[in-house]
Amino acid sequence: MNERAAGSRGSRILGDLGGGGSGRSTALAIASTVVVFGVLVLLVVSSPGWPAVRRSFLDGDIFGDSFPEIARAFWLNVRIFCIAEVLILFVALVIAVLRSLPGAVLFPVRMLALVYTDLFRGVPTILVIYILGFGAPALELSGVPRSPMFWGVVSLVLVYSAYVAEVYRAGIDSVHPSQEAAARSLGLTRGQALRFVVLPQAVRRVIPPLLNDFIGLQKDSALVALIGPVEAFRQSQIDVAGSFNYTPYLVTALLFVLLTIPLARLTDWLIARDRRRQLSGGA
Amino acid sequence: MAEGLRLEGVHKSFGRLAVLRGIDLSVAEGEVVCLIGASGSGKSTLLRCVNLLEPVDAGRVFVLGREITARGVDVNEIRRSIGIVFQAFNLFPHMRVLDNVTLAPRKALGLPRARAEEEARALLGRFGLADKALEYPDRLSGGQQQRTAIVRALALRPRLMLLDEVTSALDPELVAEVLNVIRELAASDMTMLIATHEMAFAREVADRVVFLDGGVIVEEGPPEQIFRAPVEARTRQFLQRIVEAKRL
Repeated sequence: MNERAAGSRGSRILGDLGGGGSGRSTALAIASTVVVFGVLVLLVVSSPGWPAVRRSFLDGDIFGDSFPEIARAFWLNVRIFCIAEVLILFVALVIAVLRSLPGAVLFPVRMLALVYTDLFRGVPTILVIYILGFGAPALELSGVPRSPMFWGVVSLVLVYSAYVAEVYRAGIDSVHPSQEAAARSLGLTRGQALRFVVLPQAVRRVIPPLLNDFIGLQKDSALVALIGPVEAFRQSQIDVAGSFNYTPYLVTALLFVLLTIPLARLTDWLIARDRRRQLSGGA
Repeated sequence: MAEGLRLEGVHKSFGRLAVLRGIDLSVAEGEVVCLIGASGSGKSTLLRCVNLLEPVDAGRVFVLGREITARGVDVNEIRRSIGIVFQAFNLFPHMRVLDNVTLAPRKALGLPRARAEEEARALLGRFGLADKALEYPDRLSGGQQQRTAIVRALALRPRLMLLDEVTSALDPELVAEVLNVIRELAASDMTMLIATHEMAFAREVADRVVFLDGGVIVEEGPPEQIFRAPVEARTRQFLQRIVEAKRL
């Protein structure tokens, strides 16, 4: 019954709109939205430079012409972050677990994990991509890939794993020690307690912040363009250079937004679900 | 009677706080011993030391004649023969009741899932939880959760059960169902060490009552003697306070 009570509160953004609120508040929400957006649009459209901006950013023909090519290039972004996300989920978990290992003997391991997270959260992503993308192939070691695409993905994995490892670690720390005690008291090993009892609860709790990091990653996939691969942003630069019109940038921006919105809404939904669960007395 | 549990000179401190200051205690196989004493007297710590959840600072602990505080013992194997139930249940909230019960038999004992579930369902049935097997813990009442925790400990077929104030977190009307379960266990000749505030229950179910104060055993004996004619002044004081609080 608590779930229903929480549900009728509706979403944060839509207020009472989504949850079957009164007709009056719905009308109010619509009216205020129309007014606010109307004023904003009017402000932009009535500005002195608007005709020029409209020509160079909102050219319908160029939009149509550049869209297919940019969308094709965008497929590379999708591949980059899909591969990176899978690797990050794994690498970050390993680092988080290493940092949570107890015992004096394992101090160097914890230290190493700490240095890793400090380093890769500290250095700007763009520099990591430059350094690895140009530096690693320049070593000319046999067996080391030369592909900029490869090193671009490696850079993103290294940087984002440092962030996601911290998210995981917060999750691990949030599971009460009595859970591990209960697992150990049943004769499970430390590893089994971690795998079957602590981690499943930890991961469940950090899914929303984890998805939030992935939204950032999706956007940062455009940075890989700096060392060569022609993804959506690079493709739009090429188009802009050919047409002297900025509309292709808008195409790219639109594609990124379209991709992140579902993930953002999924994150919202998961957070709302967790809150409902807590309100309904769950642990 | 064979020996179930023996503690010899057990000491345990947390930082500068000495919680156990030389505990000598033995429990025969099949015997039910209740630990009573004020909060902070060391009851819970004693139980956690027996299960090796806390390492002892000094002294030795024997379970079924084997020293478990010796170097090189397999801690996990020892724990599998000792069941412990906590005040706060400590069920795994992300698992159904059935999975809570079968996790250790499957992972620690290596039983195949089908067999572990069959045994778990039998145990759940025995303690009136047959229809709760597929529920998550947060859908159960406190009493049901604590009974599940007891079943989870029993699923490893322990030779010794440690109960740590298992009714203290329960609403009064739910206490009886959990005490009934413990009564049944006591009647089935399970060796049990029970830390409890339920004096009437201790009096009824215990073969022997041990009064702990300040980390030492002040007095022990049959329940009738401890509750009717305590010898030590500290025991009398403690029981007096319990009577004043109308808990006896």
